[in-house]
Amino acid sequence: MNELHLPWLEFAILIPLVAAAYVWKIKSAEEKRFVSIVASGVTLAVTLSAWIDFESLITYEARDHWDAIKAIFGREEFMIDQLNAPLLPLTSLLFLMTFLATPRVKYGVYSFTDSLILLSITLAIFSTKDQWLLIGLLIAQTLPLSWEIHNRSRSTRVYWIHMFLFISTLIAGGWIYQATTSAWWHGVAIIMWMIAVFIRGGCFPVHCWITDLFEKTTFGVSILFITPMIGAYAAMRLIVPVAPDWAMQSIAFISLATALYASCMTIVQKDARRFFCFLFLSQSSLVFVGLETASSIGLAGALCVWISVSLALTGLGLTLRCIESRTGEISLTKYYGLYSAMPNFAGFFLLTGLSCVGFPCTLGFIGSELLVDSAIEFSPLVGFVVVASTALNGIGIMRAYFRIFTGRKYESSIPIASMRSERIAILAITVILVGGGLLPQLIVNSRYKAAVEILQHRTK
Amino acid sequence: MSTAILTNFLGFSTVVAPLLLLLVIGCSMLLQYNLSEVTIGRWMKGTIGFGLVTAVSILAIMLSTGSFREVVDFGNLVTINDVHFHFHLSFIFDRLSVPMAILSLVLCFTIGSFGISYLHRDNGFHRFFLFFSMFAVGMVFASLAATIETLFLGWEFVGLSSALLIAYFHERVGPVANGLRVWTVYRIADAAFLAAAVLLHHETGEGQFIAMMSSEPWPYGVSSLDSGVAFWAGLLLLIAAAGKSGLIPFSGWLPRAMEGPTPSSAVFYGALSVHLGAFLLMRVSPIIDQSFPIRCLVIAIGLSTAIYAAFTARVQTDVKSSLAFASLTQVSLIVVEIGLGFLYLALIHMIGHACLRTLQLLRAPTLLRDYKTLENALGGNLSVRAPVWIKWTSPTIQRRLYRAAMERGYLDAILDECFAKPFQRLFNAFDRLERSWIRILAGEAVSGPSNLQVMDAKSTKLVASHDSAHTLNSNGEHS
Repeated sequence: MNELHLPWLEFAILIPLVAAAYVWKIKSAEEKRFVSIVASGVTLAVTLSAWIDFESLITYEARDHWDAIKAIFGREEFMIDQLNAPLLPLTSLLFLMTFLATPRVKYGVYSFTDSLILLSITLAIFSTKDQWLLIGLLIAQTLPLSWEIHNRSRSTRVYWIHMFLFISTLIAGGWIYQATTSAWWHGVAIIMWMIAVFIRGGCFPVHCWITDLFEKTTFGVSILFITPMIGAYAAMRLIVPVAPDWAMQSIAFISLATALYASCMTIVQKDARRFFCFLFLSQSSLVFVGLETASSIGLAGALCVWISVSLALTGLGLTLRCIESRTGEISLTKYYGLYSAMPNFAGFFLLTGLSCVGFPCTLGFIGSELLVDSAIEFSPLVGFVVVASTALNGIGIMRAYFRIFTGRKYESSIPIASMRSERIAILAITVILVGGGLLPQLIVNSRYKAAVEILQHRTK
Repeated sequence: MSTAILTNFLGFSTVVAPLLLLLVIGCSMLLQYNLSEVTIGRWMKGTIGFGLVTAVSILAIMLSTGSFREVVDFGNLVTINDVHFHFHLSFIFDRLSVPMAILSLVLCFTIGSFGISYLHRDNGFHRFFLFFSMFAVGMVFASLAATIETLFLGWEFVGLSSALLIAYFHERVGPVANGLRVWTVYRIADAAFLAAAVLLHHETGEGQFIAMMSSEPWPYGVSSLDSGVAFWAGLLLLIAAAGKSGLIPFSGWLPRAMEGPTPSSAVFYGALSVHLGAFLLMRVSPIIDQSFPIRCLVIAIGLSTAIYAAFTARVQTDVKSSLAFASLTQVSLIVVEIGLGFLYLALIHMIGHACLRTLQLLRAPTLLRDYKTLENALGGNLSVRAPVWIKWTSPTIQRRLYRAAMERGYLDAILDECFAKPFQRLFNAFDRLERSWIRILAGEAVSGPSNLQVMDAKSTKLVASHDSAHTLNSNGEHS
C-alpha cells in the first residue's frame, strides 16, 4: 500500500484526544472553548493535508507514513481512500464550526471534552476499514453521548435500549461472518449488520432514539453525533463490499420508506428539534437509496448528497441552536417573528435548509440530480419517492422558516442579534454550500471515483 | 468583430446582468452591509436596463441576419465522461425565448423603477429588491433556457421569490400563511417538473430542447419520443404548468398571492409568473403534440379554468382578487390556444395580456380613489349592467352559481378536506404514537406531558401571571 508523506491520520486522531485531556483539566469555560477551537482547527488543517497528500499520490488507498499503530500492533489499521478522503476534513469542519458557533450562554452546559473525544473517535472510524476495529470504534462512539445524557440527569434508557441492540447485532454479525464460510450464515451476518446500520442511521421504525436524544442532550453534541452519518459509513465498509443484491435492495427499500415517512412527519412537527430530526432522517436516508441503483452515477449522487446533507444540516442545526440559546426551545405551533431581530439567522436558515433539499445553485442540487436520474433509470417509482420526499421537506423547511422568523414582530428588551463568531461559523458553511453549488465539478469527480471503486470492490 | 462573437457576448450579458444584481444585493445583505436605496435603485436600473438593451440587440441581429436561433453556450456545470453524464448550461435565443426575455426585462425594469418610489423608506426595501432580483434571474433563466435543467433552475428561483414576496408583510399571519400555501402548490409543481426533466433527460440522453424536438427551430420542432413516454412526460409537465399558472385544481392560490405589495402582485401574478406555466407548455409543445390525450387534457383544463375564473372574477369584492381571476381567465385561454396548436397566437396573447394586466394592477389603487371621486360627484353608486344571459336562468341557479363563485369553486376546501386534513390527521397520529412509544421505552407514564408541552404550559402560566400582574398594575391596586 502507498504511504502518505506524514502520519496525518494518526495526528488527526491524536490531536483532539490530547486536547480533550487538556480541556478536561481546565476550569475556565472560555478557555475550554478556545482550546477546542484551536484543536479542531489544527485537526481540520491536518485532515485537509491528508486529502491533498492522498490526491497527489494518485492511488486507490494509502496509509500513514511511520505508522505507529503498525509498529505496535503489527497491522495497518488506518488508511485513506477515495471514500473517506473528503469525509475526514468534513468531520473536522463540522466540529470546528460547532465550537465556533457555541454561544456564551451555552459554555457551561456544552461539554467540550465529550465533543473532542467524539471528534477523535469519529475520525478514527472514518480512517479504518478493518472490520473489528471499525466495530470496536462504533461501539466506543456510543459512550460519550451516554455520559452526556447521564451528566444532564436524564434517563439513558431509550438510548441504551437502541444502542444495546446496535452493539449486539454489530458484534453478532462480525462473529458469524468470521466464524463460518457458509453463504447462508453470511446472509444472517449481513442481516445483523443491516439491523445495526438501520438503528445507527435512524431508519424507520428504529429511529425513535434520535428524537429522544435531541430532547435529552445539548443540541450541539446531538448534531455532531448524527450529521457525519456514521451509519452510512458502516454500511459502505461492512455491508456493501459483501452484500448480495437482495440485501442492497432491502436497505434501499427501508431507506425509501424512511425518506418518505420522515418527510411527511417533518410537515406536522410542533417542535423545532423534532422537525430537525425528521428532516435529517429523511435526507440522510437518500444516501442509502443510491445503493439500490447499483450504478456509478446513483452512488456518486448518494455520496454527494452525504456531503451536502452533512454540511447543510449542521448549518441549519447550528442556526436553530443559536436561536434557541436566545429564545428557549422553539415550538412550531406559534409564530415568533424573529426576522427583524436576527435577519442574518433568517437568511442562513433558508440557505442551509434549501441546500439540504437540493435547491438549485447549492451543493445539494447536483447530488439530488444525479440521484434522481439514476433512481428513475432503476425504477420510476423510486425516482418518484425521492422527488416527493424532497418536495415535502421543502414545504417543511418553509413552514419552519415562517413560524420562526415571521408572523409577528418580536419584542425584546435586550439585543439578540447574531454574534460575530456565530456569523463566521454559519457563513463559512453557507459559502461552501453555495460555492459548491456553483462549482460542483471537484466534489462530483471525487465522489464519482469513490463510487466506481466501491462498485469495483463489490464486483470482486 | 464577427456576428457570432457579438451574439455570444450579448447573450452572455443578457443572462449575467440580472445575476449580478442578485449577487450584489445578496452579498451585501448576508454581510450586513446596507446599501442605500439610491444605490440599489441604480444597480437595478443599470443591470436590468443593460440586460434589456443586450436582449433587444440580439433580436435586432437575428432580424437583420435572418437567423431563427442562436445558442449561447456556458459549458458543462458538471461532466462525468465515463458515463456520458453532463449538466449543460446553455441558453437559446429563438422566436419564443427572445420575446419572453424582452417582456420579462421590460416589465422588471418598469416595476423595479415603480417599486423604488412605492417602497421608499419601507423597512423591507432591501428584502423586496433581493427577492425581486432573484425573480428577475429566474425569469431570464427560464425564458432563455436551452436545456430542461436550466429551465428548472429558473423555475425554482421564480417559485422561491414568489412565495417570499407574498409573505412580504411578514409581521402579519395572513400573508405568511398564504405564502406557505403558494409554496406548497409550487413544490408539487416543482416535483412534477423535476420528474419530467429527469425522465426526458433519461429518454433522450440529454436535456437540450434542440435534441428533444428535432433540429427545427420553435415552433416547428417535432418530438422524437414515443407516445407512451410523451404521455407521461406531458402529464408531468402539465401538472407543473397547472401549479405555476394556477389552473384547475390549483387555482386557489392566485388570489392569496395578492397579499404581497402592489409591485410584486403586478409583476408576478399579473404579468410574468402566472404565464410561466403557459410558457413551459409552449416550449415543450412538440411533446404535447406527440400525445393526443395530453393535448385534449390541456384544452380541457384550459377551458374549465377559463369558465371557472370568468365566473369567479365577477363576484370578487376587492380589486386585486378580481384582477387575479381576470388574469387567470386569459391565461387559461392561452393554454387552450396552445392545446389547439396556435402557438404564435398564444405568444402574442401572452405578451399583450402581461402588459395590460401590469398596467391594470399598478393603476388599481388610484383607480379606486378615482371611482370614489366619481361616485361622490354623482351622488350614488355607478351603475353595473347585468349580463344578458342572466335573464334566462332561474333564481336558484343564479344563487348557486353566485355562491360557488363566491367560494371560488370550493377548490381550496376540496384540497383541504380531501388531502391536507387527512394527511395532517394521519401523521399527527403517528407523531403521538411515536411519543407514546418513547415514553413506554423510557418507563414513563404514557399520558405524561412531553418536554415541549411542559415548556408550553410553563410559558402559558408565566404569560397568564404576567398578564394578571399587568392588569393589577394598570388598575392601580398595586404599586
